[in-house]
This record gives sequence, structure tokens and C-alpha cells, in this order.
Amino acid sequence: MTDTRADLIPPLGEPRPQPVPVAEETTLPNGLRLVVIPRPGVPLVELRLRVPFASANARNAGVHAARGAVLSGAVLLGTQRHDQTDIAQLLQIHGAEMTVATDADRLMFATTLLPTGLGPVLGVLAELLTAASYPAGQVDGERDRLAERIAIARSQPGTIARSALASRRFGAHPYAIGLPDAELVSAVRAPALRRLHRERVLPAGSILVLVGDIDPRAAADTVAAALEGWPGSGKAVEAPPVTELRPPGIELVDRPGAVQSNLRLGGPAPRRIDADLPATRLAAMVYGGYFSSRLVENIREHKGYSYSPRSAIDHQRAASSFLVEADVATEVTGAALLETVYELGRIALTPVTDAELDAARRYVLGSMALSTATHAGLASTVSALLGAGLPADWLRTHQEDLAAVTVDQVQEAAARYLAPERLTTVVVGDADRVADQLGTLAPVTVTRSGEPA
Amino acid sequence: MTAAGTELTLRHPIERFTLENGLRVVLAPDRSVPVVAVSVYYDVGMRNEPEGRTGFAHLFEHLMFQGSANVAKMEHARLVQAAGGTFNGSTHQDYTNYFQALPAEALERALFLEADRMAAPAITEENLRNQIDVVKEEIRVNVLNRPYGAFPWLQLPEVAFDSFANTHDGYGSFVDLESSTVDDATDFFSRYYAPGNAVLCLGGDLDVAETEKLVRRWFGPVPARDVPPLPPTGEPSPTTVRSAVVEDALATAPALALGWRVADPVGDFDTYLGSVLLAEVLSEGDASRLERRLIHGDRIAIAQSSYVGMFGDPFDVRDATLLTTQVHHPAGVPAERVTAAVHEEIARIATDGVDAEELRRVQARTEAQLLQQADSILGRTLSFAAAELIHGRAELAGELAARLAAVTPEAVQAAARGLDPGTVAMLELRPAGGAR
Repeated sequence: MTDTRADLIPPLGEPRPQPVPVAEETTLPNGLRLVVIPRPGVPLVELRLRVPFASANARNAGVHAARGAVLSGAVLLGTQRHDQTDIAQLLQIHGAEMTVATDADRLMFATTLLPTGLGPVLGVLAELLTAASYPAGQVDGERDRLAERIAIARSQPGTIARSALASRRFGAHPYAIGLPDAELVSAVRAPALRRLHRERVLPAGSILVLVGDIDPRAAADTVAAALEGWPGSGKAVEAPPVTELRPPGIELVDRPGAVQSNLRLGGPAPRRIDADLPATRLAAMVYGGYFSSRLVENIREHKGYSYSPRSAIDHQRAASSFLVEADVATEVTGAALLETVYELGRIALTPVTDAELDAARRYVLGSMALSTATHAGLASTVSALLGAGLPADWLRTHQEDLAAVTVDQVQEAAARYLAPERLTTVVVGDADRVADQLGTLAPVTVTRSGEPA
Repeated sequence: MTAAGTELTLRHPIERFTLENGLRVVLAPDRSVPVVAVSVYYDVGMRNEPEGRTGFAHLFEHLMFQGSANVAKMEHARLVQAAGGTFNGSTHQDYTNYFQALPAEALERALFLEADRMAAPAITEENLRNQIDVVKEEIRVNVLNRPYGAFPWLQLPEVAFDSFANTHDGYGSFVDLESSTVDDATDFFSRYYAPGNAVLCLGGDLDVAETEKLVRRWFGPVPARDVPPLPPTGEPSPTTVRSAVVEDALATAPALALGWRVADPVGDFDTYLGSVLLAEVLSEGDASRLERRLIHGDRIAIAQSSYVGMFGDPFDVRDATLLTTQVHHPAGVPAERVTAAVHEEIARIATDGVDAEELRRVQARTEAQLLQQADSILGRTLSFAAAELIHGRAELAGELAARLAAVTPEAVQAAARGLDPGTVAMLELRPAGGAR
């Protein structure tokens, strides 16, 4: 076995300062918040419009998710002035293509564009916001395609696993819905979309982020001219508080014939505003957050059970989660879960080393710098942070907080959030072949996915 | 040349030199952000694998992360990540690459790591067995345990081409993977991983003179070895329709892939650019021909896409390659109907051409996408490296927006004439099992 020749390894030089992006903020009279960040780089502008879009309550969450999913495609089907092809062409000539997507918290309009196209592209965006027509025949087509795409997505084991974990953790909360229900989607009609758009696609609580080759003052004027006509009545709706169910034992979602099992563990994590987030992030990193982590070393590089085991902290508006994922060979399902849980117990009970903490810290800081070193990366990050209710300088203060985390704080955080007892477990796999293996670790409840492998 | 194209070309000057051991070095300095990207491209890919060793180029890529003469197992990752950097590697049809994006102060460390494994990776029985297991899990995740896993990238070449190089499964059969030996790996390394068979491309916050010194310090001592001749992978153009049907036990809805041979991506670049833009005219966005016809007009498809190059990047492949149109359609729509509609739309372009306005829009969009890719220092550095290895000119990557902007409607029409329904390779995927 090779040893590393520490004397040969070139030391790191002095870090050079990261350019600090300066955000210019304004709020339009109709309530729309605008954030412009000029940035050197390629001659492009990245646009992100985040509209709060949570389901107001659990009771109609399924219908809301279904309608929102259809709306995100159907909003591009035409306006009172232009049909779908016109809209696409009006954007394309400026290098743009609008993508519209929903999740449990928001509706997002996103595109890149050539800087000369800012006015015209904002004009198209304004038209979509104020005059989308939802033509009935085309809405039906869009809805039917979406139902087909959902059926295809539901045959993917990763999707089955994600949905099963969300539903086991969140029960009746809207966050339990991984993918909209295909039958509810099939029931969506154009009038419901027009109503939903009228009630929920509002400037109140919405945030427009522009990043790139752009002059903030001129951009603010252009935005004001384009979007001042977006009517300002109504209030933003955010997701209701979450109660984590924490059911004991393992839910095994049967996928007969599967050649792999998908292990998923999840539990609550600190919110972005919480003081113990930096330490928890670093604990999650040391555990399984990157290649140099304990989980990867154990079940990939030593045992060969899995290709890309990983852990992460995921933030939604009303809940943050610590998540562990590993796709493993069917015959080692029990052994792989044992190691996964062992590493959780180990980090919750015994301190990480200084070297582990320093490596994780440098990696998190470095990868944050890399992920915000493009127009697109910075625009998406800033949109998510402001959408979570954080100030624009959170990136900077969070980096300072990460720099100050101690080994003791990491252990406290791990004990609180990474302890196996705090986590909910779901496995998707061939029940005939893995139920007994898993049963040696914890009680197993088998459920059906309805999708044989 | 558009304004943005000019700017992109000018903003990133290229410096190059060659070491005595044959290593070609490309520097693309850009000091606007304190980040560097380091990449090494070896001129060996899935198409170079010997018969009986399918999947070996990719398996070997994994072995390159198992340590080297002066670096223990896991330490490559630790040394990069603990410096705040990210790393990866990937195996393509015609090359295998290794890369890091790091804070500028970690440049020399990354050079040390790449040079150390260029000289002597830790090829041991234990590492080989471990990585065969890991690769098998990777294939299960990406192919065997998911619907459409091999569609169409592993399945269509079998239909479209004849030679072993072009038709075999580049992920590898489990039989071939399991029978791989340390000797195979040592031979493969010795044959293909010579410094003269590689390009080192660095981008970002670099001082050119200082960087050249560091490159010479770490890579200069790697001994020169013979460089294998570039194996021809071109094939005669097909003269008949070829078709196959595959069953996917995990899929719930059918899919279709149509592949046509296109011009030599290197030897006939100008003709090839016509095909690259044709794929965009056909499939990019709501204004594209196939989106309008298949999705919104006839409503016979759920999703469609067209692209040149089997892995989706038209500029990092050699001959032979395809323009592929891929369609997912509802079970109630017969594949023949979809195929007929695709052929009809292509015939329309072949007969009537595209108007200048439509092409200008598509070119603007393509330019924006190229710029977006170039905004990331890593993305830009990888494009420069691929252009140097495949086309012999890193500069080409910076000129693509301008080259594409200069493509005429006639060139796109000519490309459409090349998509002959009489020489298409057709792959039909039928769901077998699934929900029904």
C-alpha cells in the first residue's frame, strides 16, 4: 500500500480574495422585489423570478400540486396577443428560453438571455404574468403529456424512494407529495388554471433576480417599465409548519426483481437561520457529504457496495432535512444499511478529528465559491436565499460562521441531527430478497410500489 | 461574427507549449475570479477498447483515483477537497478526462496529483477488485435498475454501426469486467497513458510564466513512452435502413430513436456544423420544428430531442457519429406514425430550407448556450481541452459561437438532405412489464 509523501505535496499558497458581489435592491410599488447583481464574466444575463406558490393547507395540497404542475407548462401556451410559437420565438432571438417549474414552495420562471434582449424578454415575461390565456384545447394536451411524464417518472427507483421517504416523514403535510398524482393531473381543466394564476401568480412576495452583464440602474428602470402593470392585489402564501412523524422501523417498498436497493434516511435539520446550521452542515459533510467522507470511504472505497453514497442538508421553506442516500447491490442491502447506520452512530457519539473538520470546512467554502462563480449559479443561489427570507449578505455571514465552527459543536450537532434514532428509514428493493436481511436490523413494514422491476 | 462571439474569442487568449516527453500543454488564463481549473485528457476512450475488454477504458478511469506512487488511496480526493476544490473524471467515446476546479492557491497541488498518477497509478489487485464492484453498482444505477437506462446511447450504436469500436457496450459486460486482470490494466496504462498521448489544459487565475515553470517541474520528469497510432473509427456510410426492437422490462411507455450518419466531425467541420444547427432547428425549444409538430400539433409524443454526438456534445467526438432524434410517445401511438412525422419534417427542411429569420433565432439561442457553458472556468477549460485533443486547436472552442453564426440556411438544408429515410438507423423501445 502506498503512503502519501507529505513532504512532496505542494503547500497551498495564500488565498486570493473572492470578489464580493454587490446586490442592488429595489421594491416596485406593486410589491415585487428586484435584486440586480452586476458581475464580470460572459455577456449574458440570468433571470430568476420566484413566486411564492405553497399550498395553503394540507386538505387541497394534492389538487394544488397537480394544478401547479400543469400551470408551469401551460403558462407558456399563449397570451391574449401571442401564441405559444410566437412567445418562444420572441425569446429565442435574444438567446432566451423560459423554463417554468413548481415545487412545494414556489413557481419559478428562469432563463438566460443576451444583454441586449433585457427589455424585450421582460416584456414577454410581463405578458405571461398578466395575460396568459390558457387556451382550453392546448391545456388538455399539456395536461395529458404531463400525466404520461409522471407515469414514466414513477417507474424510476430514485423517484419512488424520494416519494416514499417524504410521505413517511411528513404524513398529511404538503411536503409529503413527491410527485403530483397522475389522476389529479388528469382532472385539471383550463378554467381552474386561470383562477389559480389570478389568485396566486402575484407580485406580493415575489422576487426577481438579475445577474450578469448589466447596469443596475438601467436594469431597474427597464424592470419597472415592464412589470409595473402586474397587478398588486393579494397576499403571498407560504407553507404551513411541519411536524416530523418519525415512525420507527424500516419501510420496505417492494420492487420485485430489482437488482439494487435504494436506501434513504431522512430527518430534521437546522433551518438556514438557525445557529447550529454551520456545525450540522460540516457534520453532514464529514459523514457523507463528499468523496473524502466516512460513508464513501466505508461502503464504496473499502466494501464496493455502492457507486455514489451521499448525505446532504436540503432546505425547504418550512422544513430543512438531513438526508442520506445510497443505492446498493441487492445481496448486500442489509450489510450496507448496517454500515450506513454504524457511521451515523459513530459520528453522533465520538468526535470528528481536527483534520476531518478542516477538510470539510475548506471544501464547503471552496465549493460555495465555485457554485456562485457563474452568473447562473449566483442567480439561482441568491433567488433561493432571498426566497427563504434571508438577507442578501447571508452568503458572507454564513461563511464567517462556518469558519468559526469547533469540533465540539460538530459533535453536538451530529448527536442532535445525525443520530440514527432521529431518522426515518425507507428502502426500495426486492422484498423477497432483502426483507430478511433488513429484519435483522429493525422491524420491517413492506409496502407495494405497484411498479415491478 | 456577432459581438458576443468576438468578445469570447478575445477575452480568453490561449498559450501552448509541448514538453520533451510529448505532453501538450494549453493555458487559458482569466484572472477575473480566483479559481483555476486543471484538466488532463488522455487520447483513449470507449472506442479504443480491445475485444473481450468492453468497459475497460471506464474501469481504468476508476483505477486512476486509487492512489499513485506518492499518494495513498483516498488521498487524491482528500488533497483536492481539503483545498476547497472539486474533482472528477469521465470516460467518453474518444477520450478519458480527469479534472479539478480549485481555489487558485491550490494550483500546484493539483499539478502534483495529476503528474503523480500520470507517472505511476497504484494498480493493485485489491484496488482493481474494489473498483470492479463499484463500476458494477454504477452500471446498475444508471442502466440495469432503471427504465430507459441504455436508451439510446448503448443500444442505438449497435444498430447504426458495424465495427467493434463503434458498436460495443462502452460501460462493459459484467463478464468482461470481472475477468479483468492487473496485467490488463498495466498494459492499458502503458499503451495509452503516455504523456505524449495526453493534453494538459489549465484555465482561470494563472500567471502564464509561473504556471509554465510549475508544469515543467511536475510533468517534466514523467518519462516519455511510445504513443499509439490513432485508430481509425470512421466507417463507410450506410446504404440501407437498419432497425431493431428492444424490450425494456422497467419502462412503462414506448420510445423511439432515429440515427443518421453525419459528416466527419473533424475532417469535414463546415458540413458538420450544418448538422449541428439542424439538430437545434429540429428540437430546441417550443419554436422548434419537431416540438411544434409532434408535441403541440399532432400530439403524438410526450417528449422529443435531437442532438449530434452520442453523448450530446457535438464537438468532442471523432468520426463516425450520428444525429439522433429521440422521442418518447404514448403507448396508443404507433411508432410508425411518429417516424413518418419526423421524416416529413426533415423532408420539409430538405425541400424548402429554413428561412434566414428562423436560423438567426436558433443561432442566437445556441450562442447564449455556448456562452453559458463558457461562464464556468471549469466548463470553459474542458471545452478548450477537448478542442485541442480532438481538433488540434483549443482556440476552436472560443470560436464556436462565431462559426455557428456563420452557418447559412443552405448548409442547414444540405444537412437535412443528408438525413435520408433510406439510410436511417431505427431503434424502437417497447415497454415489457412495467405498470401494465
